[in-house]
Amino acid sequence: MATQSSTDASDAFYKQLGRMYGLYTGGFVAFIVLLAILEQVGVPNKVLGYLFVFFTLAVYAIIGVATRTAQLSEYYVAGRRVPAFYNGMATGADWMSAASFVGMAGSLFLLGYDGLAWVLGWTGGFVLVSILVGPYLRKFGAYTVPDFLSFRYGGNFARFLGVIVLVCCSFTYVTAQIYGTGLIASRFLGMQFELAVFAGLVGILLCAMLGGMRAVTWTQIAQYIVLIVAYLVPIVILSTQHYGIPIPELTYGKAILEITAREQQLVKDGLAVLCTQQACPPGTLRPHIQPFMNYTPLNFFGIIFCMMVGTASLPHILMRYFTTPSVKEARDSVAWSLLFIFLLYFSAPAYAAFSKLEVYTNIIGRDLNQIRPWLFNWGELGLIQVCGKNATNLETVLAACKAIAGHPGVMRFSDFVINTDVIVLSTPEIAGLPYVISGLVAAGGLAAALSTADGLLLAIANALSHDIYYKMIDPNAPTIRRLTVARVLLFFVAVASAALAATRPSDILAMVGWAFSLAMAGNFPALTLGIWWKRATTQGAIAGIIAGWGICLFYLVTTRYFPQAGVNYFGMSSLLNPETRQPLIDVAKVMADARWVADVPASAANPMANRVGWFDLNNINCGLLGMPLGFLVIYVVSLMTPEPSKEMQAFIDEIRKPRGRTVLEEKS
Amino acid sequence: MAQPDSPANQEAHWNKTTRLMWIHLGTWFFFGYVVHMFVIPLNKIVIPILGFPLGFYMAAQGSLIVFVVMLFLFARQQNQIDRDHGYAEDQ
Repeated sequence: MATQSSTDASDAFYKQLGRMYGLYTGGFVAFIVLLAILEQVGVPNKVLGYLFVFFTLAVYAIIGVATRTAQLSEYYVAGRRVPAFYNGMATGADWMSAASFVGMAGSLFLLGYDGLAWVLGWTGGFVLVSILVGPYLRKFGAYTVPDFLSFRYGGNFARFLGVIVLVCCSFTYVTAQIYGTGLIASRFLGMQFELAVFAGLVGILLCAMLGGMRAVTWTQIAQYIVLIVAYLVPIVILSTQHYGIPIPELTYGKAILEITAREQQLVKDGLAVLCTQQACPPGTLRPHIQPFMNYTPLNFFGIIFCMMVGTASLPHILMRYFTTPSVKEARDSVAWSLLFIFLLYFSAPAYAAFSKLEVYTNIIGRDLNQIRPWLFNWGELGLIQVCGKNATNLETVLAACKAIAGHPGVMRFSDFVINTDVIVLSTPEIAGLPYVISGLVAAGGLAAALSTADGLLLAIANALSHDIYYKMIDPNAPTIRRLTVARVLLFFVAVASAALAATRPSDILAMVGWAFSLAMAGNFPALTLGIWWKRATTQGAIAGIIAGWGICLFYLVTTRYFPQAGVNYFGMSSLLNPETRQPLIDVAKVMADARWVADVPASAANPMANRVGWFDLNNINCGLLGMPLGFLVIYVVSLMTPEPSKEMQAFIDEIRKPRGRTVLEEKS
Repeated sequence: MAQPDSPANQEAHWNKTTRLMWIHLGTWFFFGYVVHMFVIPLNKIVIPILGFPLGFYMAAQGSLIVFVVMLFLFARQQNQIDRDHGYAEDQ
């Protein structure tokens, strides 16, 4: 009887979701309006910024604590009761990280058309999730991705490999998110970096620790609402100001036309040098809409492919679809996820276009005395340089440019260097909006970083507590102990990644891209063949995971940290400049230089780091080597080993049919 | 129609599912890759009123819209297949 009434109570909870999140959104808007009023009556910016951060963090923490749970299935898969629409929103927040929120528009600004590889790659992968993997894993009824590998490929060795791939992809990724919270809070609010990292850690722990997947789901929905409002408001206002239409995704076409015209003018006036097939050194102008000037076609399509397939292999994304009530809803939920993600990704190019237009019309080609003052705020943080010096104020800029022989006193294209993170963060100032909008953007960036961190952390801690502790060490552990272990592990993983983030590791942001290729090489062949090919055997899968994942990891580590060994022993050579097709670096010269000979493992400053490889393949695309090899090895080894048992084949038939009980029934 | 749990029904269901998978994967491949291989000639076409070069537009918005629509469509179609063969969950 007691369970009956608690089910009734939670039914009422699910019925009221729409009203609750509606109220929440209304409350959030009211909060912004309140802060706008406070700003008008003269409350200082710094106070407004802190109010933004601490109020949103407090709301997430309250949701996290209020939805705490002591049930295993609630902790691991939110009781499999999250409706498709809401799971879509939660996945959106889970997916869109600090890099998407802050970095994406900046990459598009810098790379023009070539940056769209990231936009395509980070959206199209959901097609693969829905068609090939997600719904089948939902039918299987696992708590974690390694659960499936273990069952399908009989035993704990496959499970163990799955856990290694998972931890390897997710740990650097979660560290990058915590690092992101530190960056956003320190740049925006002037908080100390380490303090900001610590605040982020507390926020994450309060959300995830007590309620596991259940709490993370309901906070991620709240975080999605904050991040999407924060992302869209500034450009909607900017678009209305410039073109009179509040739909930036339609109006930025005109901005692109203007950018193209302006680029030609700058070249004609001698203020910029065009990148051509004869010469294309750094600092030359690459027209915004012209393709393949920053990536060769191979690397452009390689990034799209690796990010897409990586999406369908990343455990923290796949496990979101374990939480829906049915297989059908899992499919619907992938579609909703992509719709919610699409809202941000198809707006990012608008940010890039508006910012570029501002830079090309009001900064470059202007008399140095007339440049817009907004850039000095970012110059002070070291994020904008003019004539080789941080643009802290007008005097510094004038002095720095005067020191260059023959400088015309007008800003040239090559004089101006901008950190890509500035693009989104500075848009409110460019549009002349009040500080409250800047605070909103900071809160959105934090929401993006925290929600992704929550999901990743849960993926790691669940793999360690469920797969390693419960399945491999102590299969008889009672529920209470399993939950305690899960929480303790979550705490330690979170603290470890925050401690790592606080040291500001230099490669952390690049590693997020690597995570996709590693996930793709390690998981994708074994997962898809496990569902779509009954003949795939245990030995085949194990060999395939090791070979595919191994070659990808080898390529990454060698090209980044041991490029000399790569050149000497593995036949690697310099990558090529996409436009001129000439080598980026003179390998022989670097190898002879005493400064770099002793530089093992290679530092970030080493000219060869990330610039050597096979077939002119960027190391972020190492999945292009690993995944085909993984497929091939699984295919060949499977055919050489005896066919899987009749029971296993019946089990595969079972996960292909939505109807019926889940294959794996967890006692709870 | 075959019995819900007969091997024939099971096979027919899986054949249809596989066919749907290839159709959608083909569309995905076309809009994810093939279209963008022709970006340079497509950029010569400018979308009237909006002003986007078509090649740029496809990568920035066009393909994304196709992916979203495709996923809602796929969810419906696969659900229909499951229902036709008696494998849907709510039957």
